[in-house]
Amino acid sequence: MIEVLLPALLKIVFMLLLIFGLVPPLIWAERKVSAFIQDRTGPNRACIAGFRLAGLVHPIADVMKLLFKEDFAPDRAHKRLYSLAPFLAFAVPLCTYAVLPFGDYLDVAGRRIPLVVADLDVGLLFVFAVASLGTYAVVLAGWASNNKFTFLGAVRASSQMISYEISMGLAVMGLLLIFSSLRLTDIVVGQGALIWGFLPKWGVVVQPLGALLFITAVNAELNRTPFDLPEGESELVSGYVTEYSSMKFALFFMAEYCNLIIGSALIATLFFGGWNVPWLPRPVIEANAGTLLSLNLGVVAVVAGLAALLYFRRVGRERGRFGDWRDREPGILGGLAALVALAAAASFLLRPWLVGPAGASLLASLMQVGAFAAKVVFFCWLFIWIRWTLPRYRYDQLMHLGWKIMLPLALANLAVTALWVAAVS
Amino acid sequence: MSPDKKVHRWREPMNLWERLYVGEILRGMTITLKHFVRNILRTGEMPTVQYPEQHREYSPRFRGRHRLMQREDGSPRCVACFMCSTVCPADCIHIVAGEHPDPTVEKFPERFEIDLLRCVYCGLCEEACPCDAIRMDTGIYEIAADDRAKFYVDKEFLLNDSENGTQDASAGGR
Repeated sequence: MIEVLLPALLKIVFMLLLIFGLVPPLIWAERKVSAFIQDRTGPNRACIAGFRLAGLVHPIADVMKLLFKEDFAPDRAHKRLYSLAPFLAFAVPLCTYAVLPFGDYLDVAGRRIPLVVADLDVGLLFVFAVASLGTYAVVLAGWASNNKFTFLGAVRASSQMISYEISMGLAVMGLLLIFSSLRLTDIVVGQGALIWGFLPKWGVVVQPLGALLFITAVNAELNRTPFDLPEGESELVSGYVTEYSSMKFALFFMAEYCNLIIGSALIATLFFGGWNVPWLPRPVIEANAGTLLSLNLGVVAVVAGLAALLYFRRVGRERGRFGDWRDREPGILGGLAALVALAAAASFLLRPWLVGPAGASLLASLMQVGAFAAKVVFFCWLFIWIRWTLPRYRYDQLMHLGWKIMLPLALANLAVTALWVAAVS
Repeated sequence: MSPDKKVHRWREPMNLWERLYVGEILRGMTITLKHFVRNILRTGEMPTVQYPEQHREYSPRFRGRHRLMQREDGSPRCVACFMCSTVCPADCIHIVAGEHPDPTVEKFPERFEIDLLRCVYCGLCEEACPCDAIRMDTGIYEIAADDRAKFYVDKEFLLNDSENGTQDASAGGR
């Protein structure tokens, strides 16, 4: 019993830590990326003992503020449903992580632990089922607040999510035909193969149109610009979250970013090879563990070295800019980065060629988890980038895109894929 | 449609490539990516002024908080002619005139008060003044207090109000 429960619990904790650990940096990235795109500097004032970390301290300040704000509820709101909505909104995305594989397996003490919390046969169906539950949270929030703006936002959100869920489901159908499984681990393993010996058989390679449609539909499901009509602040104050304050608002806010992470993880899993390291299947990694370890260390050394260089450049340029302890920050952080770079370079030179079979297996698992995390972070960044580039759709344009463009395209894609799969087999 | 009717097009109709969305969206995203990368690599060159530590350079003509000019003996140069308070569109200058001991001067302000919260910093008082007694050349624009009464500044305050002005406060004065 314990040997079943303990790994499962550890995996759940790992996933939760990954998600919660990624939310504050994402909020920071959203602000910083938007600032840089618009030629601003972005947040850089909040600090702990002089360390501003380029604004990374701001999410902490936000949480402090939200914790101490009054937890206000409108007089004529339906109190119980009003309180239930943010928890539902936050709980739903967390459920989805259960079926997402973040690595193939980990060898610990002679036991092989698959790196997925629950490897369901109907994994993909589960994902869609749970994802559509998110609409309930939005509708509850909008309706229970008893406010016309929240209500309109909720109606918009539900119609939008329902419309785009269809294209989203149909866009994945082609993938199901090709990999002939609903189990996410099977889909990921299937993507590890190579086409013609050099092209990874990723979903985006075999289903380019499906990938594009899926990314667009996920963007619409996330209610992010250009599909953020449910929150359209120019029309609806801020949509279904208008009446929420304090930690209830914070829950909605964090749920938004959890959804962003899960959307990115889904795209990575279905269309970009999941935990597959491109061109490096597990046996290859294990056979060349020493070389790859050196290579990884070399990359770390170069990246940390570049960071140190950038920081040291700032030291000279900004000497005495603030006239207090904030001036020392680039020097200290640059020193730390330089230390990391030196440590990585030293271990690179020491050449850890001799990695035992256990170490090689561990390295392979770590590289796979790392590849998955890197893909997720990339797609989070892509969504932030899209958000700060594109203006919002008008509502009729949104429905036009969803029903008259994406749905026929998804159907055509499915039909062509089905014919092709039938012809090949 | 008759040929003499002018058709006003808001913009050219989109061609096929533009209506396909994807290419144009990628073009837009390239633009934002360029800004993003440039600003990451050259953070120091951004035009942002880190305000409390850095200040924007203003021109010498900038109208800041007022000051009253002094004569050589330190008394106000103002002759309480009420020109400034008359021309003031915000009605923020309040003067009480008194008789000056020097018979050639006639009057002087017993009280000279400016309500900084009402002032619109238009500079008409400067221009109306016949003896260059009120100026707005201090360059002070950070005016803050925790009490409304503190914005109601009196003659003593204005006579000594300066950041770059008092050293020549009596220059050319009579």
